[in-house]
Amino acid sequence: MAQALLEMRGITKRFGAVVANDRVDLSLLPGDILGLLGENGAGKTTLMNVLFGTYAPDEGTIAIDGKPVAIHSAADALALGIGMVHQHFHLVPSMTVLENLMIGLPGKGLRLDEAGARARLADVKARFGLGLDPDALVSGLAIGEQQRLEIIKVLFRGARIVILDEPTAVLTPQEAEGLFAALRAMAAEGFGVVFISHKLHEIRSLTHKVTVLRQGRIAASLAMSDAITDRQLAELMCGHELTPPVKPASETGEVLLSLDGVSTAGGRRVRLRDVSLQVRGGEILGIAGVSGNGQRELADVIAGMLPVASGTLQVGGLAVRETSPRVMQALGIGRVPEDRMTTGLITSLPLSDSMVLPLVAKKPFSRFGFIDHGAIRRFVTEQITAFGIRAAGPDARTGTLSGGNLQKALLARELSQDPRVLLAAQPIRGLDVGAARFVHEQFLALRAAGRAVIVISEDLEELFQISDRIAVFFEGRVMDVLPIAQASVARIGLLMSGQEAA
Amino acid sequence: MIRLRLEQRAATPAWFYVALPVAAMLATLLLCAGLVVLAGGDVIEAYGTLFLSPVASRFALVETAVKAAPLIFTGLAVAIAFRAKFWNIGGEGQLLMGAMAAAFIGGREGLPAVSLIPLMILAGALAGGIWALVPALLRTRYKVDEVVVSLLLNFIVFYGMMALLDGVWKDPLSGYPDSPDIREEAGFPILLPRTRLHLGVGLALIAAPLVFVLMRKTVLGFAIRAVGENAQAAAYAGFSTARVTMATALLSGAMAGLAGVGEVAGLHYQVMAGISPGYGYTGIVIAMLAGLNPLGVVPAAFFFAIVITGAEAMSRATGIPVYLSDVIQGTALITMLIALLFTRYRLRLKGVGHG
Amino acid sequence: MDDIWGQIFQVGFFAALLRIATPLILASLGEMFAERAGVLNLGIEGIMLLAAMTGFSTAYFTGSLWLGLAAAMATGMVMGALMGLLTVSLGLSQHVSGIGVTLLCTGFAFFFYRLIFGQPGVPPSIEAFATVKVPLLSDIPLIGPVLFDQFALVYIALLAVPVAAFVLFRTPWGLSLRAVGESPRAADSAGVNVALTRYQALILGGAFMGAAGAFLSMAQFNAFTFGVISGRGWVCIALVVFGQWSPWKCAAGALIFAAIDTLQLRLQASNVIDVPYQVFLMLPFVLTIVAMAAVSRNARAPAALLTPFRKEER
Repeated sequence: MAQALLEMRGITKRFGAVVANDRVDLSLLPGDILGLLGENGAGKTTLMNVLFGTYAPDEGTIAIDGKPVAIHSAADALALGIGMVHQHFHLVPSMTVLENLMIGLPGKGLRLDEAGARARLADVKARFGLGLDPDALVSGLAIGEQQRLEIIKVLFRGARIVILDEPTAVLTPQEAEGLFAALRAMAAEGFGVVFISHKLHEIRSLTHKVTVLRQGRIAASLAMSDAITDRQLAELMCGHELTPPVKPASETGEVLLSLDGVSTAGGRRVRLRDVSLQVRGGEILGIAGVSGNGQRELADVIAGMLPVASGTLQVGGLAVRETSPRVMQALGIGRVPEDRMTTGLITSLPLSDSMVLPLVAKKPFSRFGFIDHGAIRRFVTEQITAFGIRAAGPDARTGTLSGGNLQKALLARELSQDPRVLLAAQPIRGLDVGAARFVHEQFLALRAAGRAVIVISEDLEELFQISDRIAVFFEGRVMDVLPIAQASVARIGLLMSGQEAA
Repeated sequence: MIRLRLEQRAATPAWFYVALPVAAMLATLLLCAGLVVLAGGDVIEAYGTLFLSPVASRFALVETAVKAAPLIFTGLAVAIAFRAKFWNIGGEGQLLMGAMAAAFIGGREGLPAVSLIPLMILAGALAGGIWALVPALLRTRYKVDEVVVSLLLNFIVFYGMMALLDGVWKDPLSGYPDSPDIREEAGFPILLPRTRLHLGVGLALIAAPLVFVLMRKTVLGFAIRAVGENAQAAAYAGFSTARVTMATALLSGAMAGLAGVGEVAGLHYQVMAGISPGYGYTGIVIAMLAGLNPLGVVPAAFFFAIVITGAEAMSRATGIPVYLSDVIQGTALITMLIALLFTRYRLRLKGVGHG
Repeated sequence: MDDIWGQIFQVGFFAALLRIATPLILASLGEMFAERAGVLNLGIEGIMLLAAMTGFSTAYFTGSLWLGLAAAMATGMVMGALMGLLTVSLGLSQHVSGIGVTLLCTGFAFFFYRLIFGQPGVPPSIEAFATVKVPLLSDIPLIGPVLFDQFALVYIALLAVPVAAFVLFRTPWGLSLRAVGESPRAADSAGVNVALTRYQALILGGAFMGAAGAFLSMAQFNAFTFGVISGRGWVCIALVVFGQWSPWKCAAGALIFAAIDTLQLRLQASNVIDVPYQVFLMLPFVLTIVAMAAVSRNARAPAALLTPFRKEER
């Protein structure tokens, strides 16, 4: 048997009381593509961050080529031939492709080795089919290209072990195929690849071996074969039989929110072009699209942060000319933003402040400009109980709550205002299974109550589970809106890459 | 290898806000004791004089309180501004604006006597506030960094003031660049007979709890905090960051302006070059020491009033340079900044080196 | 009026302009390095003042100007390191830390100056740097006396601009520095030690600020006064914004500012315009604010400026 490239033994990592990794073992041979499968919050990313030196493990050993090693930093990991492509890219947008590749690399004499870098870039293209314009600014690259740059960066640093954390989350299904081809070429050259995902079909089509993590522990470690069914993997991953949430039929009511030919100015942001959408009471509208195709802008228009340049926006049949966050709140738009930590809540303030952030100017939280702290406290305490938010109390600093609890706090805040339309962006990103389920149940409850819900997500699985209709965004345009019965992953995927359905 | 690690804490115990400034001050005095030794002084004697002489007699206590008044105002100015992360370093200039406005009104012959004091207060606060609006407007409209602007404005207003005092506004009876005295009726009443304890001290002591209520109990105070901690989230929640920043600047500048009013109406009865020996800058140290809590500003201001007045006595008695008080201010700001870290984090000793 | 302008724009004007620009070029390069790495160093004003004092004192007692310069630069480096401790290691507010460093340095400068020299009637002075004539070149009419009959530090400052540009844009360290200032996470994941790089930038920047302070007390003047910096440090912060964080543009900004400053000094001296001289003193500061307002909206600061980098924070 060949010498293992990588051998992790008994890795344990705790964050306070939370055990993110519990005695995890993992081994990788040259030429292996190992799938690391698990739900959000199962400890996949933590494990790889331990390997990459971002976190120090509390227990356990790591061996490379059979030799035990200590990895304290990214620099250590890189020196050992470990490279990581993070879920969120680590690129410098204001620099060129070439500059990004040369960061941290030794120069030639005093100077940067530009010629060398160009030559190696050409070599990577020849071997793995990963090509990019060396002089292009990273800020101008498409998401798929940025990911390619991340992979090339890793190869430039002489990595033999390449870790990819949820790499397909930002790609269309078709782009993902291209990525897989490159990874297969790398494996054929003797690289070891760790592919982190929670998407079963990807693991099945790409990997040779699969390790399933559940709640920080290894649930199974097996060689991939056709004998293993999706159902088996799913059960290993979730620990119980996978039951899709029940989505009862519901009556759709009148149109609560409608955009008619809405365009925005653009500038530094993606321009919305002639967007027309309607959501009715009692329905969940899913918004699909590769990240950066106008979904954020749509969310900001509806939240009142981005002005409408042309077209009309109607809430409950009322045309809104001057939008602002205050106006949209008053019209009954609730908002669960994508970046809960930066635009939703204020992490450095007490939870009670975060939970009344958009409400504080209203009764009963304040009167004549004076705040009623008692009323706020009562409200927050009630919500903490009602939503089962795990926090030390209303005075706990917001940032000390876990992602799932932050999301619950946000939902509690928005739902307390009984919104007519709830806009949620990436609502279950980074949440564990239980919290994700809770969030979806809240959406379904709103739907049953005749409210409208808009869910923006890059997770197609999520959209297929809860949406009644799916609208696909591409370059600021709505490609199409499909009732769920007519939607398929392939069809949505094509629309996401800008191809009109035939 | 042992490493220090910072861990976030969930909530800060209330007693920290008292213990930390005290600890920071002790650390500061310990560090500065080194300078006393270096200057060939006796630490006990030097600190003894420094801290006891300003409180040793009724007269000295009153003088300390008089010194504390402008410091409370400039401290409040910074405590308001920094909460919104509006880095107003222009307290010095805003103070001078307030002083000039007060001296100008106080010297008007045409105004009824009873209206003088209220008008001076109003004009001083307004002048300071408007001067602080300049960096706020430049920041919200043109994205200009307010630190540089507010600092440069200090120089501009100082040179501008000197140009006036050297020129059209010069007191013809004085050989120095001073403004003419304000009218008799424009002087602040004395609160304690036969001392210099003037109305300004009382105003400062009232201002602190008012600002406290404003920051803690009003929607505006909430907005200031929210914008300071996370302007983006505040904007999404419906607060106008531009408007909140302007309101903050106006309030902050008004406080600094009032410091100037007090110095003119209560103490000097005119404007002159040395009207503020850096009160605006000391206000930063005071506000930080108070943890930006308006109520904490009062004891912090008294502390530095003691340090500043005591340093002169110490210097006379021991020959140690009076500038020890400036070193203490700088050191205090830094130690307090470090101490504030403990409100958010706890320090953990951690052995690194697994495998 | 014609001969007034003739009087003002003599050869001496341009020579003086270069002298006035020198400390601004040096200090703004220092600030630029710090900001390029993501740290706003508001300690600049105090660092320049303290360095002017230590440089002057060292020269006074050793009789060696170059030793004085070294002491001034060392002062700047120590204070740069202190700034690093506060903002990089401890991750404290860069604004407040910088103000703290300025207040501390100011206190130190005053305290030690008084401790060392007491309160003499005539302030102590040194034999300041003399100008160095570059053989042959200094004989070129017009250009010679302006460019080639200057203090050694003027030459050094002018040379420092291309060197800084080379280091920043053409060397691996410069690339790391810029990456750290734009995206510390990206730099970290590429194996760059973010904290170390920021310390290096602050210390290097401090050395530049120290040299700038030394120039003021040891070349432009021959004594240390409490007002020797009087806002020049703050102006340099503005110059870095105005110069869009580029060494060339910062230097250009410094030259423009120096031209205005030289002009106001000459106008003050010429007595042609009858306003108090303080109005002239005010002028450069007013124009600095106007210039900031003009460029700031489109200025693109290093993206990670003001943000501490804590690796393991989730």
